[in-house]
Amino acid sequence: MATPKLSLQHIHKRFGAKVVLDGVNLDVDAGESVVVMGGSGTGKSVMLKCVLGLIQPDSGRILLDGQDITHVHGREREQLLRRFGMLFQGGALFDSLRVWRNVSFGLISAQRMSKRDARAKAVEILAKVGLGPEVGDLRPAELSGGMQKRVALARAIATNPEIIFFDEPTAGLDPIMADVINKLIIERVREMGATALTITHDMASARKIADRIGMLHGGKIIWIGPAAEVDRSGNPYVEQFIHGRAEGPITMAVRRQ
Amino acid sequence: MTTVTNPVANVGRATLEFLADVGRLCIFAAQSILAVFTPPFYFANLGRQLLSVGFYSLPVVGLTALFTGAVLAQQIYIGTGRFNAESTVPTIVVFGITRELGPVIASLMVAGRVSAAMAAELGTMRVTEQIDALTTLATNPFRYLIAPRVLAATLMLPILVLIGDIIGVMGGWALATTVLEYNSVGYLQRTVDFLETWDVISGLIKAGVFGFIIALMGCYQGFNSSGGAQGVGRATTNAVVSASILILAANYIITSIVFTD
Ligand SMILES: Nc1ncnc2c1ncn2[C@@H]1O[C@H](COP(=O)(O)OP(=O)(O)O)[C@@H](O)[C@H]1O
Ligand SMILES: [Mg+2]
Repeated sequence: MATPKLSLQHIHKRFGAKVVLDGVNLDVDAGESVVVMGGSGTGKSVMLKCVLGLIQPDSGRILLDGQDITHVHGREREQLLRRFGMLFQGGALFDSLRVWRNVSFGLISAQRMSKRDARAKAVEILAKVGLGPEVGDLRPAELSGGMQKRVALARAIATNPEIIFFDEPTAGLDPIMADVINKLIIERVREMGATALTITHDMASARKIADRIGMLHGGKIIWIGPAAEVDRSGNPYVEQFIHGRAEGPITMAVRRQ
Repeated sequence: MTTVTNPVANVGRATLEFLADVGRLCIFAAQSILAVFTPPFYFANLGRQLLSVGFYSLPVVGLTALFTGAVLAQQIYIGTGRFNAESTVPTIVVFGITRELGPVIASLMVAGRVSAAMAAELGTMRVTEQIDALTTLATNPFRYLIAPRVLAATLMLPILVLIGDIIGVMGGWALATTVLEYNSVGYLQRTVDFLETWDVISGLIKAGVFGFIIALMGCYQGFNSSGGAQGVGRATTNAVVSASILILAANYIITSIVFTD
């Protein structure tokens, strides 16, 4: 079997007394699109940040192409991060910079592209996410929520990264805009051959963009399987989640805490 | 569960937490200084900070210096008048301004403006994950955000204080020649007669140190803020308070240990 592109092995992370990740295991193959779902506050964002090195896991290993990257720091980490793209949950656009500078930030900082070229490239990428060139001169605060998400998406894919993380890309958007984002993600991943790991609790979105779907609960991936099998997982947690039922094992677990 | 509070344990814990805080601040300061001297350098960011720390602080520094110089001349006139030494007013005013009041008062005023602004901006960037986003875009936040701020404040404070010194002396001169009927040329002559270069330079060196403290505390509090809008508010307050206290403490240490002549 080929080595997975990205492999999380027994990742543990706690904040103070609060255990957030309790032994997460997850493999993502090259060119694959994996979706992880899970309730709010179960540590989905923390999991992505552990891989990026924004948060140091307490124990466990993270492998990229079979290489241990858990404890890579400094300039080496900077090099490593050039291979990743990240769409943050809240967009995290730089509000002091215009949209085109946001989109081309990685091109200028990591790839040393000239400002003029970067600007042209930014306009090109903005067009790919359905935004006109005039948007490039606006500030993030002047954009609607849906436009901010698209700009953030444009920034995440601008440098053609090998691996892209999408943290709740459709949260807070209307269903039509959400579907536009889904399409964009599929297109980008297919077109660029990138590997994608997406966090979402939007089931419609998950079904659309995922090759495989996993569920994070209680600090562990409790189920993972092909997207088509999510409806017959036989796992009561997954069933409760995908049907959005208030009663079930997840609610019981929350009440026990 | 009942906890029996052990006073010794509490004192111990508080001491350890304090030491841990000091340690974290020292590491942060070392990382900031390192970032100032390692490429890539972000000159546009530096320019923006030079403008915002230097140019936009001019009105605040100028006004405080003007009033401080004037009130100093007034008080020293009263004091020296008690033993008929009114002629020493210009000398004492310029001495007090260049060595102490210029650097300290200007820095405290700038701390209120600049530390707060830096803590609020970096704090907002932290809680909205913009600092994490910088990192994932292969940009070191210390070099991109903190180095320009620390460098700008360290460079601009001496310039601001020099300008403040001049305005302060002129404030004293204006009061002395209008309200107190001193001779205009005579006052200025007495001002420079006994002034030594070291009086001015030592004040400017202090100002550089204070500038570093102002930016360091603003950045440290903002960079490490957490907990949404409330956390940013807390970081802003902490930045101003800690910068002010550190400026006064550093002033005492520098004056009593380094500048004893
Ligand atoms: N830097 C941090 N410090 C302390 N607690 C954190 C930090 N980041 C996340 N947490 C906590 O970890 C838990 C999981 O957070 P997160 O991964 O953001 O959840 P979600 O699954 O909704 O993305 C939350 O309870 C959150 O409060
Ligand atoms: Mg999250």
